[in-house]
Amino acid sequence: MSDRLFVSTRKGLFSLVRDGTWWTIERVSFVGDAVSLSMFDARDGSLYAALGLGHFGVKMRRSRDLGETWEDLAAPGFPKQPEAPVETLPDGKPWPWRVEQVWALEAGGQPGELWCGTIGGGLFRSRDGGGSWHLVETLWNHPKRKEWFGGGADLPGIHSVLVDPRDARIVRIGVSCGGAWRTEDGGETWTLSSKGMFAEYMPPQRRDDESIQDPHRIVQSPSRPDRLWTQHHNGVFRSDDGGRTWVTIPNVVPAVFGFAVAVHPTEPDTAWLVPAIKDDQRVPVDARVVVARTRDAGATWVPLTRGLPQTHAYDIVFRHALDVDDTGSRLAMGSTTGSLWTSDDGGDAWTCVSNHLPPIYAVRFARG
Amino acid sequence: MPSIVFTSALQRHVECPAENVAATTLRAALEAYFARHEKTRAYVLDEQGALRHHVVVFVDGVQVRDRAALDESVGPGAEIYVMQALSGG
Repeated sequence: MSDRLFVSTRKGLFSLVRDGTWWTIERVSFVGDAVSLSMFDARDGSLYAALGLGHFGVKMRRSRDLGETWEDLAAPGFPKQPEAPVETLPDGKPWPWRVEQVWALEAGGQPGELWCGTIGGGLFRSRDGGGSWHLVETLWNHPKRKEWFGGGADLPGIHSVLVDPRDARIVRIGVSCGGAWRTEDGGETWTLSSKGMFAEYMPPQRRDDESIQDPHRIVQSPSRPDRLWTQHHNGVFRSDDGGRTWVTIPNVVPAVFGFAVAVHPTEPDTAWLVPAIKDDQRVPVDARVVVARTRDAGATWVPLTRGLPQTHAYDIVFRHALDVDDTGSRLAMGSTTGSLWTSDDGGDAWTCVSNHLPPIYAVRFARG
Repeated sequence: MPSIVFTSALQRHVECPAENVAATTLRAALEAYFARHEKTRAYVLDEQGALRHHVVVFVDGVQVRDRAALDESVGPGAEIYVMQALSGG
């Protein structure tokens, strides 16, 4: 099991190590600064951190020694925006070409290749380990991209980048709110990939529109890569054909709303969600923190509560704040109220590591 | 020559000592400074060359309003202050 965990928070990056039977905070990097996510690159042991300095913009840092020292990297940025015509969002407000937040960071198939999704809507690619970034213009220039809009932020954002383990030229992404997309030729061409997702909260004419769907998070089964799971604003969807079509998974208990989803590394039928009351309240159902697990591809779900607070708990788990390690037994989950839990038995029982961290944006095990 | 002073909140992230620059517009003053301190640029300006959303600039005590062009004149003794907008928690 992975004995190293990185927790990205509003006030820094926390590096935890498993010390026998307990997790210990080994180091806090960037204290006071928001870290939207981190990524451990098993190819060379690099640790990447994406900072959002609030006043001073998005920054990228890399560590070669697990966070002891950091170096500045280039941050992804858009090219110069044409002065005319003024680009607008579907609601008529300006759409500035500006990276507001790094919202996805994944290793690509080539040495040094990285993919980066952002709030702002840009997908960026680096071929030199983050030394430089280039906007993926084939996606940015796609006419359907202009139908995206923000979900929880003013601008749309790419939060999921899935590099296919069989063929790294196949990349799938998830956009809030812009649906699921895929390329099969390394980013030369892009296809909407949200058929079957629906949005009851939209006007009926747009309910099934693939380009306005709001997947909150999409994950891919490493052992059966055509199996994808999506926690969507409207509910949960599963694809068994690499994202070409999706089916609704309606019977999640205690609710189908949520942000995070994780899939077992070797059992494609096993997945975890962290349900909450949707839209109007966004708190756990009955103020109880619950993880929902299926082991039969979503036919049935079991609410897991052991070790999790069951009274007056208002923790929400954001889309990147649930992770499972390479064994499928060890999970970690962090909340908006700074609670961090881990499990060593696939979620049957959870242990609270801390209730006092800053609001947690993302958790990530070191893999490989 | 105009002088440029940065908030201490920025000096926590990047080296940005107060300096004098030879320039007659705000844009030219900032560019002259960034030519010497390239890393400071991305903390003050976004990728479109405009002031970052939560950065404010004062010239002789008057807040800059045209945040994209930055083309206002600055006098030979102008004092340019680069600060963060007050927000957050």
